[in-house]
Amino acid sequence: MSTIEETQTLPTGTWGIDPVHSEIGFSVDYMAGTFRGTFSKFDAKVVDGRLEGTAEVGSVQVKDPNLEAHLQTPDFFDAERNPQLRFVSNEVSRSGDRVTIDGEITIKGETRPIELTGTISDPIDDPFGNERFGLKVEGELDRTQFGVSWNNPLPTGEPALANQVKLIGELQFVKAG
Amino acid sequence: MRVLGISGSLRDASHNTKLLRAAGELFDAADVEFVAYEGLKEVPPYDEDDDVEPAPAAVARLREAVAGADAVLFATPEYNSSIPGQLKNAVDWISRPLATNPLRNKSVAVIGASTGMFGAVWAQAELRKVAAAVGARVLEVEVAVGHAHTRFDDEGRLTDPELLEQLRSVVDAVVGAVVESAERAVAA
Repeated sequence: MSTIEETQTLPTGTWGIDPVHSEIGFSVDYMAGTFRGTFSKFDAKVVDGRLEGTAEVGSVQVKDPNLEAHLQTPDFFDAERNPQLRFVSNEVSRSGDRVTIDGEITIKGETRPIELTGTISDPIDDPFGNERFGLKVEGELDRTQFGVSWNNPLPTGEPALANQVKLIGELQFVKAG
Repeated sequence: MRVLGISGSLRDASHNTKLLRAAGELFDAADVEFVAYEGLKEVPPYDEDDDVEPAPAAVARLREAVAGADAVLFATPEYNSSIPGQLKNAVDWISRPLATNPLRNKSVAVIGASTGMFGAVWAQAELRKVAAAVGARVLEVEVAVGHAHTRFDDEGRLTDPELLEQLRSVVDAVVGAVVESAERAVAA
């Protein structure tokens, strides 16, 4: 076994995202429940075992257009100055179908380490003659470390919106060429 | 560079209008155009049924005034621990539709005066929250003119040197924020 095979736990070669069959989103505790959103425009690729991805802040989708507009403002993502979220992997480790991806995420211009964990599937041949593999990962971050600090107190004085946010990526990659 | 000043008080002898005038003189001294908005009283009560194109004339003028400014400086009194209704109503009109409203990404500062000892700090805080919620870049600055009836001379000029210095720092912060936004726009 070569050194490359030992350390490279995402498939080798170049793989592009299948955006139709992929989803990038987040969930965060809000009041008595969980609030979820997704980004409709994003890009990602795996090149020689390294995962890179971006999501457009302007494409955030939640169930209320006024809230979508609020998420673009300096109260939250400040899309005018920071139009993209970005993730780059550093190290990937795998055991069976379990995968851990250490990388760096950039939100609102602030770059911090994050660990994504989840599952990976081995490449399969799809009905269209392409090779593809799937990656389902989650990671947690403290949004206030990225300057996304908006809140609103409940009548008790407790904050309505949690600081811990879960990121969710359900990604399918298709081999290029 | 143009800064729009909006006083939340309607009466002629308003302390907040005087405070805004004092700020205007400091902007003038810094070679920044300062325009005091004078149509607040004409803005009708917000009614979604009236929020159509063309907008009511007073609303259209207000929105144009905000859109044509690089920054907005609000001076607010405090009514029952909060923002005066007419000022909040005006911001509500400006904010529609939320995704494209002219306060979005605009530098905004809030100052205030009241005849009580606290200088409208709660109204200022609430107005900052509201401005941020509609998408403004709200500056972390404050001038709280308490006992406002004792702070202006017979010509309506702000006399307290400490308050004048605070006001000067707000003016500097507003100018700095506009310059920074312009530099980012060029760099982008």
